[in-house]
Amino acid sequence: MTEKIKAIALLSGGLDSTLAVKIISNMGIEVQGINFYTGFCVTEHRRKIRRNKDKNKIIQNEALRAGADLGIKVELIDISEDYYKTVLFEPKYGYGSAMNPCVDCRIYMFQKAKEYMEEVGAQFVFTGEVLGQRPKSQHMRELLLIARESGLEGLLLRPLSAKLLPPTIPEIKGWVDRNKLYDIQGRSRQVQMQLATQFGIEEYPQPSGGCCFLTDQNYARKLRDLITYKGKERIIMDDFILAKVGRHFRLSEDLKVIVGRDEAENKFLANFCKKGDHWFFETLDYKGPLTVTDGEVLPEDIELIAGITAGHSDGKTAKTVRVQYRRNSTEGIVEVRPIIGQELEEFRI
Amino acid sequence: MRADATLDTLGLLCPIPIIKTAKKFKSMQVGQILEVLSDDEGIKVDMPNWCKSTGHEFLGIEEEVEGEYKVYVRKLVES
Repeated sequence: MTEKIKAIALLSGGLDSTLAVKIISNMGIEVQGINFYTGFCVTEHRRKIRRNKDKNKIIQNEALRAGADLGIKVELIDISEDYYKTVLFEPKYGYGSAMNPCVDCRIYMFQKAKEYMEEVGAQFVFTGEVLGQRPKSQHMRELLLIARESGLEGLLLRPLSAKLLPPTIPEIKGWVDRNKLYDIQGRSRQVQMQLATQFGIEEYPQPSGGCCFLTDQNYARKLRDLITYKGKERIIMDDFILAKVGRHFRLSEDLKVIVGRDEAENKFLANFCKKGDHWFFETLDYKGPLTVTDGEVLPEDIELIAGITAGHSDGKTAKTVRVQYRRNSTEGIVEVRPIIGQELEEFRI
Repeated sequence: MRADATLDTLGLLCPIPIIKTAKKFKSMQVGQILEVLSDDEGIKVDMPNWCKSTGHEFLGIEEEVEGEYKVYVRKLVES
């Protein structure tokens, strides 16, 4: 009896990984999808924040949606805790333009994919990666290096660009027909869109670019601040989540404040910080943001934080603004001069 | 709806409720029903998709308190 071949797909639910699944499934191979949760996905954050423009639709997890559409099992794997401790801070292959350790990230994910492959008795792993599509991790050299360093050399197939890459074991052994693989390269998605039509794939998310917070310069600046003032060993997952929200101002080595940028962020901050040891500041007579503290607040900090809050409110040009502050059962009102302009910028992270 | 077990994921952000559901199912018997408590609205689309993808049965959602969902799923296959 012929052995049934099983393969693991790294499935984001985007067009490329969906096509890769179609290509491999059409060869009679059993495919199972996996999707890693790192905690740095922009779409997930959009969903948590729920801005007005997203109010009328629920942003779905695209990997699960694709799994349902393709009829394949998808397992979501939480690597968030281990990921930032082992990959983020000291990447062997360095960062991209921000704090994105793309090469190390891919190596790490493929190591995890290899473990999963062995656990479920699959024979190889494949992805929707396209040669030359992304600047940091999808050049020929990086694609080969990532396969080698993850321990998946020969067992990592990229069906969309396979004809431009050395044959892998699945191709050499005949599990996969190399003639039915592709030679797509570069950033254009023309060929992929033609293939989508050919395969009858109707739903797939539009590529948004910047789907990972770690590629964002503003986010990277907040992470560098955390590393400097909090220290790598003391940073926890909540710090990464808060860094995605609001404007951040560093007031001292032990204290920063986060000012919500809109109603959705204010709501998120109020909910997310209700369990922690945070102070909340809000203007009383003008529409304004919610400001939350992160760190130790001394009595002399109250006025400054209130001033920053007032400086982001509709009363920013007023002479003084009343600001209410509270933490647990402690609360008070202070009347302050709004802090704006260069004075404010000096604190900005 | 009567459930054999309840999983509280209130306050947890997506996709953790789904990851926890998958983990909880590993300790349950085929045919048993799990009630998942969540305040992540996304669970309304993610749970049916996850069930369709993994071969389990999505039984429905109740929203007794606004923004808090009780999601019912039946384990149909060993996972």
